[in-house]
Amino acid sequence: MTQPADAAAIASSRTTPARSERFRKVDPRYLIAFLITLVLVVAQLRYHVVGGYERLAVALLTCVAVEVLLSWFVRGRVVNLQSAYISGISLTLLLKPQGAVVWPFVLGGFLAIASKYVLQYRGTHIWNPTNFAISALLLAMPNHVSVLSHQWGNDAATNLVIWAFGLVIASRVKVVHVTITYVVSFLLLNSLRALLLHQPVLPEIAPITGPMYQLFVFFMITDPRTVVRDRRKQMLVAVIIALAETLIRFASDQGWPLPTAFNVGPAFLALAIVGPIAKIIDLWTTRTTDGRAATPARP
Amino acid sequence: MSAELPRHQFARRAVIAIPFFAAIVAAARLDRGPIRASADPARPGFVLHDETAAAGIHFVHQRPSFDPKIANIEPHVAALGASVSVGDFDGDGFPDLYFTTSRFGEPNALYRNKGDGTFDEVAASAGLADLNRPGEGVSMGSVWGDFDNDGREDLLVYRYGYLALFKNLDGHHFQDVTQSAGLHRWMNSNGAIWIDYDRDGLLDLYVTGYFRDDIDLWHLSTTRIMHDSFEFATNGGKNLLFHNLGNGKFEDVTDKLGVGSTRWTLAAASADFNEDGWPDIYLANDYGPEELYLNDHGKRFVLSTAGLESESKSGMSVALGDVYNRGHLDVFVTDISERGYLFQNNNLRLNEMTPDAGSNDKPRFHNMADAVVADAGWAWGAQFGDLNNDGSNELFVANGFISADSTKSYWYAMSKIAGANGRLFEDASTWPAFGNASLSGYERSRVFLNRGLGGWVDVAQQVGITDRYDGRAVALADLSNRGALDVIVANQNQPAVLYRNRPDSTNHWIGLSLVGTRSNRSAIGAEVVVESGGLKQRRVVDGGMGFASQNDRRLHFGLGHNEWIDRVVIHWPSGAQQVITNPAIDRIVVVQEPKQ
Repeated sequence: MTQPADAAAIASSRTTPARSERFRKVDPRYLIAFLITLVLVVAQLRYHVVGGYERLAVALLTCVAVEVLLSWFVRGRVVNLQSAYISGISLTLLLKPQGAVVWPFVLGGFLAIASKYVLQYRGTHIWNPTNFAISALLLAMPNHVSVLSHQWGNDAATNLVIWAFGLVIASRVKVVHVTITYVVSFLLLNSLRALLLHQPVLPEIAPITGPMYQLFVFFMITDPRTVVRDRRKQMLVAVIIALAETLIRFASDQGWPLPTAFNVGPAFLALAIVGPIAKIIDLWTTRTTDGRAATPARP
Repeated sequence: MSAELPRHQFARRAVIAIPFFAAIVAAARLDRGPIRASADPARPGFVLHDETAAAGIHFVHQRPSFDPKIANIEPHVAALGASVSVGDFDGDGFPDLYFTTSRFGEPNALYRNKGDGTFDEVAASAGLADLNRPGEGVSMGSVWGDFDNDGREDLLVYRYGYLALFKNLDGHHFQDVTQSAGLHRWMNSNGAIWIDYDRDGLLDLYVTGYFRDDIDLWHLSTTRIMHDSFEFATNGGKNLLFHNLGNGKFEDVTDKLGVGSTRWTLAAASADFNEDGWPDIYLANDYGPEELYLNDHGKRFVLSTAGLESESKSGMSVALGDVYNRGHLDVFVTDISERGYLFQNNNLRLNEMTPDAGSNDKPRFHNMADAVVADAGWAWGAQFGDLNNDGSNELFVANGFISADSTKSYWYAMSKIAGANGRLFEDASTWPAFGNASLSGYERSRVFLNRGLGGWVDVAQQVGITDRYDGRAVALADLSNRGALDVIVANQNQPAVLYRNRPDSTNHWIGLSLVGTRSNRSAIGAEVVVESGGLKQRRVVDGGMGFASQNDRRLHFGLGHNEWIDRVVIHWPSGAQQVITNPAIDRIVVVQEPKQ
């Protein structure tokens, strides 16, 4: 006869693998959507980060509408809207416009989704949609658009929540090595940069604790659709992105006359430059090696 | 790459590419031009002339120096202290000016208005010059108010250091009564207002705290003196409310009344926002959301949300004015915008705290700042005033933080640390060194012309405002009693400027000089509604407003082409209401509160 304690243990041993199995079966895109929704809810409840629910509504509606329209127009069917949902929330969190205007969210949403249909190589889009939209807006409209740099609380609790869920989900999506490689590279390279410039190290590595980077390391640099294939190559690209960002920061340290976008969002610009190049090389070399066209990556 | 796609897909992608690239090009083109026309098609209706030197004002603010432990960010910490407050200390009917400076050994300045457009500097003889001394602190600002109701304006000077209260003895000389008044308190303060919160006819005092009061900036025991969050910091100095006991003494009633915010308050202003007859307190907090303390019958203050909690910024200044002539006092709070880096956006909050103010649900303020008003740069002091006498308020905003080497900007360094964990930047020693860099320096002031529902337009260049000083305090006053609001700007580490206003002579006006009897004699807190030919305007006699400033306590109303006033309704701080019908216009009218 089984004692209650033993029964509980047996039940636990039965349910845990079952839950784990169910977790493994969940489409990774839903997990990413869950994570960014969590970020949105926590940041809004705790810090009112959105700055007006009309921004959220406009960004989401624009992304979804453009996705529906363009996928139907190009492919003759409406695709899964998870990507549009993630882009809409990312833009809501990241875009900080001049004044109480909402048109940057319309423009950003359009650029993000349309970039997937226009900027392709061998049938695969090569920019993370949100990264492209943010970078394009920062470069084209620095007088009217900036990115999230405040209203996040500056406390560890929020970051811990995001990192706890983020690491679990990134593991499930099999991109956690990208996140960790980038973060470690960022810390090492920028510490080195600080030492070379005889500057205190802490301010130079401080940005990684900021709000932009929480979104960057879990939603942009790890985008399953735009990362290269092969785990080692993904880690190499993450290092190169961190290196490019460090070089951008070094140029800013030296007062080089870069566009303001490079000073404001060096990580975004580094990814926007390195990411597509890496993706194109990846697709090109895969074709050369296989002697046939590459199949678009699946998340 | 297109060869692998079906031909029709390629063609359709090409169709999408057209608006895609057109949108990017259009965005870049739009970014190079203003959102709206830079000038109003109509004439602004006034001109502002820099007549500082001609008026005999030669005041230059000097910034302080602090403990070498924070030398790396001293330009930032020492970037405040230029202030100006308006008060008729000699009772001759012409408003005088008091400027503060912030370096040890440097004198503050009291400019006596001679009535002929010129001023005499009399601070030393009045006993109000020598206030920047080691061990006592450096001046950050001042407010005038007749705390003992003897008919003469007294002066409170707040400092990074001890408060200082000066009793006006005879209209010429002042006596330091800080100790006997019970106000010898070390506060690192940037603001104070007079307010009769309990309507007992005596002016009470609300002083804001910035750095904690256990911090002596010249003898630091720690470098952990900064804010612990850029958005939600609560580790600043505690604001204090002092109750005027009527015997020359004040009592600290902060905790009893519940108004001891520690949110790094930079500015405060008071008015009866919900029009329940009791003066409320509105705070602009650096590194945090604004706060509204509603007065519960003089017994306590209740922190109201009122829609303010949803936006956390860097509030610098609180200006009150009836923006759209609705008969309610709205609020303008300045914040930081630096193009490309940060758009905190100034707040223009319409008052929907009263039952008839348009709020459909709970009382609240509704932010109406459009892009023009929202982005004035790194904005500091601001004031509403009808500069062209057309019956609606213009808005003067001073801008610019630190002007040093114009080829170096601290913004990139700031962006590295601004989003970081609070433990990092709470410690001043971890901040990147400022060196000789500028931070939003060399910005120009804005003068926003009110076009009602047509929005605001910046006419600063048109009306003659071209200086690039680091503006801090702004005060408005009709310095020559001629029906024109002049503008006085105190600039940080730079000369103060007096802009003489020349409005179109076709518009009419009225000035109201209120004298309290049952209320405090300065009539601070009195609110006046002027109704003229369908025009309705509300103003409040301020006991400190803007940033480190105080306007002329006489209320100035432009009337446009209206040649009469239907009625003037005065809500006295005592609770009395007085109605004046058809007063004379184009002059300053003295109104004494009815004694019964």
